[in-house]
Amino acid sequence: MPVSITNSKLIYDGLKACDVRLIAALPETWLVHLIRMADEDRAMTLVRVAREEEAIGIAAGAHLAGVNAALLMQNHGFLAAINPVVSLAFLYKIPLLMLISYRGHVGEKDPWQTQGGLVTEPLLRALNIPTWQLSAAHDVARQLKDAQTLAHASLTPVAVLLTRDLMWEDG
Amino acid sequence: MKTSDALRAIYPELERRIVVTIMGATASELYALGHRPNFFYLEHAMGLASSMGLGIALSMPEQQVIVLDGDGSLLMNLGTLSTMARYKPGNLLHIVLDNESLLSVGGFPTATATGTDLAGVARAAGIPRVTEARTVPEFQKAVSDTLRARMLTTIVAKVEAVPPASYYMDLTLLENRFQFWRHLQSLRHSSPSPPAAERVG
Ligand SMILES: Cc1ncc(C[n+]2csc(CCOP(=O)(O)OP(=O)(O)O)c2C)c(N)n1
Ligand SMILES: [Mg+2]
Repeated sequence: MPVSITNSKLIYDGLKACDVRLIAALPETWLVHLIRMADEDRAMTLVRVAREEEAIGIAAGAHLAGVNAALLMQNHGFLAAINPVVSLAFLYKIPLLMLISYRGHVGEKDPWQTQGGLVTEPLLRALNIPTWQLSAAHDVARQLKDAQTLAHASLTPVAVLLTRDLMWEDG
Repeated sequence: MKTSDALRAIYPELERRIVVTIMGATASELYALGHRPNFFYLEHAMGLASSMGLGIALSMPEQQVIVLDGDGSLLMNLGTLSTMARYKPGNLLHIVLDNESLLSVGGFPTATATGTDLAGVARAAGIPRVTEARTVPEFQKAVSDTLRARMLTTIVAKVEAVPPASYYMDLTLLENRFQFWRHLQSLRHSSPSPPAAERVG
């Protein structure tokens, strides 16, 4: 599979350095290694959800319970979870560290991904969600830490877009 | 059975536990019985009280968490049953107050009024213990039995669609949120496992 194991490991290690203890996730191709790493890590609670909306509620519960959480989903999962992001996370000032695979953008070959790819950044801007684009391997750990720090300081959701450059290996 | 009577009967159990309720009528009924810092009323974000309860239960395995859900709310997030069933936290009690209605928005019948059986759905989703209650004594017994069993349980309580005496709560959303958060932190600090901040690697 041309999903980068090396860069998935960098992201996973970045989450560990952020003391993330719970990951709520819904798989897609680009997230396969990240989810496997979480599954194999006995110190990590991995919650596989049926729909991304649930993940917002689970992460909010973990936050109130004092546990650092992260979300793993694709951008279409983020689209599915917009109401909870607004009506739970923003309304109740809950920090969320959302790792979102950025499908349907530059270099995308799957036609069905492209509509979601076109609206992802405009929607994040409309919702006023601070957003990082992860594309350079050497900067992954720092950017994740920066994103989490801002989420905790501002008590709002933040988005980290996992780009094709970082996640895919066939160029 | 009226929701107010059902909640009054189990209030002594709720008093000492972490409780997450849905919005509107249920929140107001519990609030009217007496607010506590361990009660969180999830206003507006429909369907997610059970997901929040799951997140708390998995994060604080030494604490008992009770979710007060509604039929409309559960129907909006049926996937939560399969997710709860997958992880089966023994410290999570999921109570569904099934009034067959979207009561808080004026009372529109839900699919449970036309035959959808939420207890059956919960069983089929893999919830290890599912019970039903139609009277206050049945409900009270179901709750106290479950709290002894310490096994993930869904209790579907059939209640009348009667609105609360008042929806007014003298508590802002954020006041409730920060008070509840602070209370959970105090439980963490007094429990045997060290708080998260001290375990940063
Ligand atoms: C996504 C969304 N749709 C609609 C509403 C409006 N709404 C608020 S409470 C409610 C009914 C909740 O029904 P149920 O869970 O059965 O609780 P009850 O009011 O019967 O106690 C609805 C539809 C909402 N808050 N969010
Ligand atoms: Mg109802």
